[in-house]
Amino acid sequence: MLFTSYGFIGFLTVLFLLYYTVFRGNQWKLLLAFSYIFYAAAHPSYLAYICFTTLTIYVAGLRIQGIGDDSKEYLASVKDSITKEDKKIYKTGVKRSQKKWLISCLIVNFGILIGVKYVFPVLLTFNANLIPLMDIIIPLGISFYTLQAAGYVIDVYRGTVPAEANLGRLALFVSFFPQLIQGPISRFGDLSATLYEKHEFNPGVFCAGIERIMWGFFKKLVIADRIGPLVAAISGDPEKYRGGYVLALLLLYTIQLYADFTGGIDIVIGIGQSLGITVRENFNRPYFSKTLKEYWRRWHITMCEWFRNYVFYPVSTSKALQSFSKFSRKTFGDRAGKRIPVYLASFIVWLLTGLWHGAGWNFIVWGLLNWFLLMMGEELEGWSDGLEEKLHWREKFAFKAFRVLRTFLLVMALNLFDCYATVGQTLGSFISIFNTGNLSVLGDGSLFELGMSPADFVLAGIGVLVMLAVSLIQRKGSLRERIARSPFAARSLVWIGLFMVILILGAYGIGYDASQFIYNRF
Amino acid sequence: MKKRIVRIIICILVIVLLVDAATRLLMPKYVSDVVEGNLICEYYQEPNKDFDVVFFGDCEVYENFSPMKMWQEYGINSYIRGSAEQYIWQSYYLLEETCSYHRPKVAVFNIQSLQFNESQSEPYNRMTLDPMRWSASKVNSILASMKENENFIDYIFPILRFHSRWSELKAEDVEYMYKSHTVSHNGYYMRIDVRPAGDIPAAKKLTDYSFGDKAWKYLDMMRELCEREGIKLVLVKAPSLFPHWYDEWDEQVTSYAEKYGLDYINFLKVKDEVGLDFNTDTYDAGLHLNLSGAEKMAVYFGRYLKEKCGVPDRREDSALTGIWAQKEVLYNREIEEQRIKYNL
Repeated sequence: MLFTSYGFIGFLTVLFLLYYTVFRGNQWKLLLAFSYIFYAAAHPSYLAYICFTTLTIYVAGLRIQGIGDDSKEYLASVKDSITKEDKKIYKTGVKRSQKKWLISCLIVNFGILIGVKYVFPVLLTFNANLIPLMDIIIPLGISFYTLQAAGYVIDVYRGTVPAEANLGRLALFVSFFPQLIQGPISRFGDLSATLYEKHEFNPGVFCAGIERIMWGFFKKLVIADRIGPLVAAISGDPEKYRGGYVLALLLLYTIQLYADFTGGIDIVIGIGQSLGITVRENFNRPYFSKTLKEYWRRWHITMCEWFRNYVFYPVSTSKALQSFSKFSRKTFGDRAGKRIPVYLASFIVWLLTGLWHGAGWNFIVWGLLNWFLLMMGEELEGWSDGLEEKLHWREKFAFKAFRVLRTFLLVMALNLFDCYATVGQTLGSFISIFNTGNLSVLGDGSLFELGMSPADFVLAGIGVLVMLAVSLIQRKGSLRERIARSPFAARSLVWIGLFMVILILGAYGIGYDASQFIYNRF
Repeated sequence: MKKRIVRIIICILVIVLLVDAATRLLMPKYVSDVVEGNLICEYYQEPNKDFDVVFFGDCEVYENFSPMKMWQEYGINSYIRGSAEQYIWQSYYLLEETCSYHRPKVAVFNIQSLQFNESQSEPYNRMTLDPMRWSASKVNSILASMKENENFIDYIFPILRFHSRWSELKAEDVEYMYKSHTVSHNGYYMRIDVRPAGDIPAAKKLTDYSFGDKAWKYLDMMRELCEREGIKLVLVKAPSLFPHWYDEWDEQVTSYAEKYGLDYINFLKVKDEVGLDFNTDTYDAGLHLNLSGAEKMAVYFGRYLKEKCGVPDRREDSALTGIWAQKEVLYNREIEEQRIKYNL
């Protein structure tokens, strides 16, 4: 069920009505039922996957906590008779038992993810008869809910959150429908704070949620989906569309990706808000970042945090890396020796991040290029800081703008890996910008032949300016709070205006291909 | 609380007004290019819907019969409820809807559309369905007509379908936001220019000449409705030379008509009796008739309606005569305008 489909709007309307009336006392149960309906609407077989994942983390979570609680009880009962050494040995044994449950649970769930996302596509290349099974085998949003579920069980293991004893509540955490297909990847501690509470209808909060949903629709339907056909046309034929076309693609895809992904997340957060549930923000004006490092703190925040919390930290504090760190310091000296293990952990994170996005080499190279550029940034940071200090550039607007532009161009170039099927096509297309000599296509009307009319360009351009203006205003504080504080007439004008703009200028219905959100494919 | 309710009501009213205005602006006006989208709604503007004969079908009715000529010759009060590529289920629901206004004595159905078992084109669906007034007939007609990529809600709120016209708006879209443009004469779309029929493309062989289940079902429904309402159903095949009307199709309709005691006139077989000359009586090389051809058809078919179906001469009815007199002025004016337009 596409977020931008009539079916989904009807689905939401019914949910809102029931949520604040008949099911006021059982809101989370209603949400669970609707989440499963939403998921089953994509394909009933998907329910088997998500139920299995839920069951495994439920059992693992309870066992991990049970072992911990039992051990505490035991230690309390023998605290006078047990030696420090025996206590340590006992605790190590307990931790080992908990770890067994954790690791087994992670292996099973990541095994399924790897099986459906990486092994099955390989099997497809050998046996084309399996292609019709694709929709059944690869469940919607598995990359997202697997990370979320794994995060929960790790948090229980770490003692950050208590294990959820109610299977239904845990099932809702894993399957909460707005964030099921493209995130944000919530942590149990964050989402559960408002997910299970009883929420009374609050017109102000509800309207603010609807406002956020409409803003998401604006980005998705007025901007992203209007640009979509041109992006698809150019990236779909890398032999034909080279040079200037690729340059157009670089810019347009970067805009499309932003409008599509942030628009989708706006819808998710808006739905959450309308239900009284707080969903984590996933973006913080990423295209205003001055460095790639900053960009990755501001783009897809919850995914980056997940990899940082559950991959980077465990890897960098692992015994193996600690030993390597010692060896490295001895061999390469203190400065380089300290950094090399960090870079190694970071390498693993970016390799996995690339793989998480997709099974192709394109994503692996994309991940590793990000890693390389981030490491280069780290290495050159001291030198560039010194230079900026010396030349007194740091606070100058032009220099700040240069850094933002530089980061934006870098992100644009990296995004190209999303557009093509292979590394060869991506690199070939990128190089063609410099050696094809057809930059005139950017201004001679050739682009108008590819699914975007001049009117579409003007409209998308205005849409981008609106997004930019909103982002600039947001730097000085929340625009939505300002709208909320304004008189009713002004607020109504914004809402009605936004509604009419989406209604008339949105790329939906007959004549447009309803497109899924880009991040849904990852 | 009271203040909040008032505010909500005001907001809803503003949205309704804006959506209505936007819908009126963005919906196609069918004024300058494709005018067929205006045909169906013109029926509702008729001051007196007491028609004795109503035609149903596609372009083979609304371009091939002149109700004005039938009135002038025989005093037959008739109307054509046809639109472009009007499918049989749409004709059925238009007949059903017509009966809710008035029960005609004769319903004439052109059987060309029997060849389609499903709607072929969404824009043609819209031309027939959008102008219909809301009723159970319209709802059922939409449900029977929708293609896979269509949504019922797009018919309830046509702006959802036509919003993308924002980039192709013309002055006429503003001009006709709150008024309509009459293009027909009792449903007849007039053309007076001439383009003689030349070589007609050879008919393609079909793998299966049988009409589909859905098409037959609606013909049955049409026949049963006419029986219930006491309406004489007459099946016709207009004398269009192209698209090809196969003998195998004709045999099926003939058998059906014989089975149920219906009249069936294939004008392709009697075109000489009608006096049609495809060098002078068609404006598009044999697909449709021009005014000359449509008037010949009216004279021939009017005689049949009068003699075989007992359709009365209503020229004694002064109110009706007054209405037709006004229509005649418009009819003659358009002939003059087209003479100038086509330099005839």
